[in-house]
Amino acid sequence: MATPKEMMTTWDKIQPGAVLPSFEDPEKKIRSKFNSYNYKVADWRVEKPVFNRDLCIDCDFCWVSCPDSCFIVEEVENKRGKKQAKIVGINYNLCKGCAVCVEVCPTPIKSLLMFPEFVDNDEALKQWPKKD
Amino acid sequence: MKNIGNLKEFACTPDRFQGGHRLCPGCAHGMIVREVVNATDDDLVVSTATGCLEVCSAIYPYTSWDVSWLHIGFENAAAGISGAEAMYKALSRKNKLYNEDRNVKFVAFGGDGGTYDIGFQSLSGATERGHDFLYVCLDNEGYMNTGGQRSSSTPIGAHTTTSPRGRVSYGEKHRKKDLTMIMAAHGAPYVATAVPGSKHWKDLAAKAAKALSTVGPTFINALSPCTTEWKFKPEDTVEIGDLAVETCMFPLYEIEDGHKLTINYRPKNKVPVEEYLSKQGRFSHLFKPENKWLIEEIQKEVDRYWEYLQRREEAGV
Repeated sequence: MATPKEMMTTWDKIQPGAVLPSFEDPEKKIRSKFNSYNYKVADWRVEKPVFNRDLCIDCDFCWVSCPDSCFIVEEVENKRGKKQAKIVGINYNLCKGCAVCVEVCPTPIKSLLMFPEFVDNDEALKQWPKKD
Repeated sequence: MKNIGNLKEFACTPDRFQGGHRLCPGCAHGMIVREVVNATDDDLVVSTATGCLEVCSAIYPYTSWDVSWLHIGFENAAAGISGAEAMYKALSRKNKLYNEDRNVKFVAFGGDGGTYDIGFQSLSGATERGHDFLYVCLDNEGYMNTGGQRSSSTPIGAHTTTSPRGRVSYGEKHRKKDLTMIMAAHGAPYVATAVPGSKHWKDLAAKAAKALSTVGPTFINALSPCTTEWKFKPEDTVEIGDLAVETCMFPLYEIEDGHKLTINYRPKNKVPVEEYLSKQGRFSHLFKPENKWLIEEIQKEVDRYWEYLQRREEAGV
């Protein structure tokens, strides 16, 4: 079986019938420098979402409804030993500031809020609305 | 078939459709494509018809696809994928496969222009020949990539640049073509409708997983709210998709073997269509006094179609 690296040659050297294998292990993932993951669309937005880890309940609604796959997910084990996803942050290179994640966030005080681009993230966390 | 239990497990899937593509902020195409390509662990071969998705995900020299990907003309996404599938079968018969121990699935993506209108003959042909592939139609109800012209998927009353609203016109004059039923009439083993978003995510992911594990031609018609040409704010994408289901403008159902219809979601209280129409700028002229009759017509048509679906499900034909 060919490794992904052997298959990722130029287009005229790819064998007939070769299909790019899926990458189950994210750490083994090889990205070429022309993968759009390395492209920046950060200058599209005027407001950015800020993520508050303390209020997050890990429902992952934001992960599934983000069109730009910009939520950074960490795989952790829960109490029953099953793997589950934990949101750890936002990739600001890929975020276009559409605010869909803020709309779908279900917590009483939202754990994602939009702030102007020039506000620092730590500053934004201090301005977070408090429970009455 | 990948077991999709809950969202916490599903979110551990490494993405195969990367961000950094140039779709509009809040575009539903990204949500649908991500869910479909993540709904399986097998290797994928994807062909994409010309349209928003192809134009935005493969701008030279960048690509957003971590799967084998083929761009093909507007009219032959289904023909391209059926050719790839036939070649793969032929190589497999001759024991010339590159990675024999892997399963390979074939998926084609097309917009509604490339599915309802231009690509329909190749899709119909590929379905009739019985190739093993999944076709996903990203239905944004018009040619949005070129500035919002009408297609046969545009619903009645909608304003587009080729069916403009004004003193004499109320917008699009023809009703939306019912492509899902047409595909079911081909006798395809699995045909379904879906919407993106967090409320119905499992519906879409489970349908994609089921369609990919079904042998034979399968078809998913996914509504993709377009922020630019439907004229709503980017953050409302998910809400508009949910409203389309709640008002029964776009009911969620699946048809197996061409006849067995199952409704996947029944709204508890059917919301009047005004809710859905008033959220979108392309329908804003319908709320003028002279166009009020059209909203009643749309409501009647939606009720009739919902009644038809329920009766068909009861009868099981």
